[in-house]
Amino acid sequence: MSSIGTGRIVMGVEKLIASKMMLPGSNRRIHSVHRHSGMAVAGLAADGRQIVARTKSEATNYENVYGDQIPIKELAERVASYVHLCTLYWWLRPFGCGIILGGYDRDGPQLYMVEPSGVSYRYFGAAIGKGRQAAKTEIEKLKLSELTCRQGVIEVAKIIYGIHDEAKDKDFELEMSWVCDESNRQHQKVPDELLEEAKAAARAALEEMDAD
Amino acid sequence: MSHSMDDMNLNAPHSMGTTIIGVTYDGGVVLGADSRTSTGVYVANRCSDKITQLTENVYVCRSGSAADSQVVSDYVRHFLHQHTIQLGQPATVKVAANLVRLLSYGNKNMLQTGLIVGGWDKYEGGKIYGVPLGGTVIEAPFAIGGSGSSYLYGFFDQAWREGMTMEEAEALVVKAVSLAIARDGASGGVVRTVIINSEGAKRNFYAGDTLPLWHEELEPQNSLLDILAAGGDGPAPMAE
Repeated sequence: MSSIGTGRIVMGVEKLIASKMMLPGSNRRIHSVHRHSGMAVAGLAADGRQIVARTKSEATNYENVYGDQIPIKELAERVASYVHLCTLYWWLRPFGCGIILGGYDRDGPQLYMVEPSGVSYRYFGAAIGKGRQAAKTEIEKLKLSELTCRQGVIEVAKIIYGIHDEAKDKDFELEMSWVCDESNRQHQKVPDELLEEAKAAARAALEEMDAD
Repeated sequence: MSHSMDDMNLNAPHSMGTTIIGVTYDGGVVLGADSRTSTGVYVANRCSDKITQLTENVYVCRSGSAADSQVVSDYVRHFLHQHTIQLGQPATVKVAANLVRLLSYGNKNMLQTGLIVGGWDKYEGGKIYGVPLGGTVIEAPFAIGGSGSSYLYGFFDQAWREGMTMEEAEALVVKAVSLAIARDGASGGVVRTVIINSEGAKRNFYAGDTLPLWHEELEPQNSLLDILAAGGDGPAPMAE
């Protein structure tokens, strides 16, 4: 799931831990595409990597031909075309994942969601995956235009923790990235210190809810 | 010695021994060029247009082989047109310059052409990019090119200023081209300019007989016979 506010983009993923033996930070679900954009994957992680690889090559190819960063809109359209292409042939299997593409270009920050069918739309805030309905409801409650990037990180963490059912669901690792002025308009992992702060705030919010 | 038809080299490829200039000013760019196209020593065209439109807001000054520079600019115009449709907005000057580079660099063994790309876009304003022979791209506040440019380096070092007005910049360009025309035998004819800014592009034309005369230059004449008849001031009659 991801969300965006004006002038900034925050992406967050609830990454379920397949095994306790696995090192933290493995099987990343948020990838950088180029300096100013990244994508989050929900669904089959391996399929997601295939899409990421294609997106990266589209971005570099555009830059080689036109000498300029690819506009996020154009990038999203090209990725969607690729994803859609894989639905058209009997010898190909459609992708088993959806992606959220967030980036910064000359027209500001933009967020796109590409579904396995190959449709893509631009959003203020978007969520995909199992918990998308609940997450979307929560995102709609946020005043995206008034949030700073740091607040955005905390809100996204709260939503992801809030949706997770401690009793039923597997353990998870929270993975977050952002593109904002604080990250120099570059797509970066959220700094550890802020991620910890966000997790703490999310846990505190949960406990407060339980107390009510 | 007079030129016979044999030593005039009339079968040589058309080449634009040229003076081309691009100058940025406060709010846009001015492009300028002379108008001589030669085949050996024969002036194949005395009023050629060396400033070619690529998009609504980007033009290119061409020098070197007339054929090569036309092919390069035709391809770039085609690619920019596609790109404009794809993005749904005008291409930037940078993109135009990069496409010129892509072709110039990729085919450097076959091309004899140097180009100056200039234009205006909403992101970066007025920009000039020089793309000389090998396919380097150089973003610069001004660029000069063609055979006539060698006579202009010192002049531009002295006369170019940052933050000129449109009128100052155009006057500079016209003066520079006329200076180069006076010294460079391969440049001549008229001066053409294109001014590009947020309002769009505007073409201007300065006829050869309206240009300023420089050191020891002769007044324009309707016929060489007038000079010969007057005797004295004119050029020495050619020895047989």
